[in-house]
Amino acid sequence: MPQLDVASYAPQLVWLVISFVLLYVLMARVALPRIADVLEERSRRREDNLAKAEELEKEAEDVSAAYETALAEARTRAQAALAKAQDAAKTSAEAKVAELDKALHARTREAEAAIARARESALGEAAAIAADVARMAAQKVAGLVVDEASARAAADAARKARA
Amino acid sequence: MASPLQQFEIKTIAAANIGGVNVSFTNSSLFMVIAITAITAFLLLGVRKRALVPGRLQSMAELMYEFVAGLVRDNVGSAGRAYFPFIFSLFMFILFCNTIGLIPYTFTVTSHIIVTFALAIVVFIGVTIVGIAKHGMKWFSYFFPPGAPIYMAPLLVPIEVLSYLARPVTLALRLFANMMAGHTMLKVFAGFVIALGVAGVAPLAILIALYMLELIVAVLQAFVFAILTCLYLHDALHLH
Repeated sequence: MPQLDVASYAPQLVWLVISFVLLYVLMARVALPRIADVLEERSRRREDNLAKAEELEKEAEDVSAAYETALAEARTRAQAALAKAQDAAKTSAEAKVAELDKALHARTREAEAAIARARESALGEAAAIAADVARMAAQKVAGLVVDEASARAAADAARKARA
Repeated sequence: MASPLQQFEIKTIAAANIGGVNVSFTNSSLFMVIAITAITAFLLLGVRKRALVPGRLQSMAELMYEFVAGLVRDNVGSAGRAYFPFIFSLFMFILFCNTIGLIPYTFTVTSHIIVTFALAIVVFIGVTIVGIAKHGMKWFSYFFPPGAPIYMAPLLVPIEVLSYLARPVTLALRLFANMMAGHTMLKVFAGFVIALGVAGVAPLAILIALYMLELIVAVLQAFVFAILTCLYLHDALHLH
């Protein structure tokens, strides 16, 4: 059995030590750091990408939130503007109504005054006519000459008594 | 017909003698050099491109790295990080020597007891030094299982010491015996194929099946050697 040939042990051991030490040095110093580097870089890249994706997602959320805020603000502002416009319209409408009311009142009063004046003058004329009629009637019926002033007074008194 | 053991013969390629020590370059030396060259070339070519999405060779190189790194992490723990290059070298060396040896006309370095024993004794002595350096005298408590009654010590301690001392022997023998037996068997069946002529197809079929089995054994023995080294290292670092 060649494995038991003691003379072959020395060269085998010598070359085993040489090649294994060389292999160890090559692995520990060159090959393994390189592979570790590649693996590390990959995991770093992966984490980087994940972080970036998270960042972008957050940014998108921020933008969406800002959009919502702006929308809500715009809506509030629009509502405020609408309310203000409505208020203003109401106020101006009320003012106009009041003004119109006032004008109408004034004209009503004017008309009433005109009517009163017309009535006054109509009543005055009627009284003069009544006095004349009474004076002429007294002259014709009783042959009494009644002066204008007393006829007027009598007519007035008669009207007042009837009223 | 050549003896099935002829394949294990050490043949001198270049004779050399330094200080009375025979340091001749032999077929064994040649295949050690081929193995370490193949390992280094495989890994360095694999990660040459440093691709983010690895190609086939890079995937294999990374797979080897992560496999052994996982082995060390799971069996030794984070303290085993410092020994990772050694265990990686050990695993790759045995793996490549075993599998290269399966190629016809090659020589299997690990089919020699002196080589496997040298590797095992390096592991044994290294692990012992690591244990004593880490725990000092407390390391000797390893030979007495915790929780056992003290009067059992005269029985348990010799058993534990013996099983500890048997480690390099079993480690070396397991690899050597597997390699030698497998290669011998392959050679015996190959001899039948030639001797039986046309009827040799039957042993040829067996030979192919055996070859598959030997491929598995070659990989498995490298794995076993590496994982046992990890377990011994775990014992040395953590005691029990």
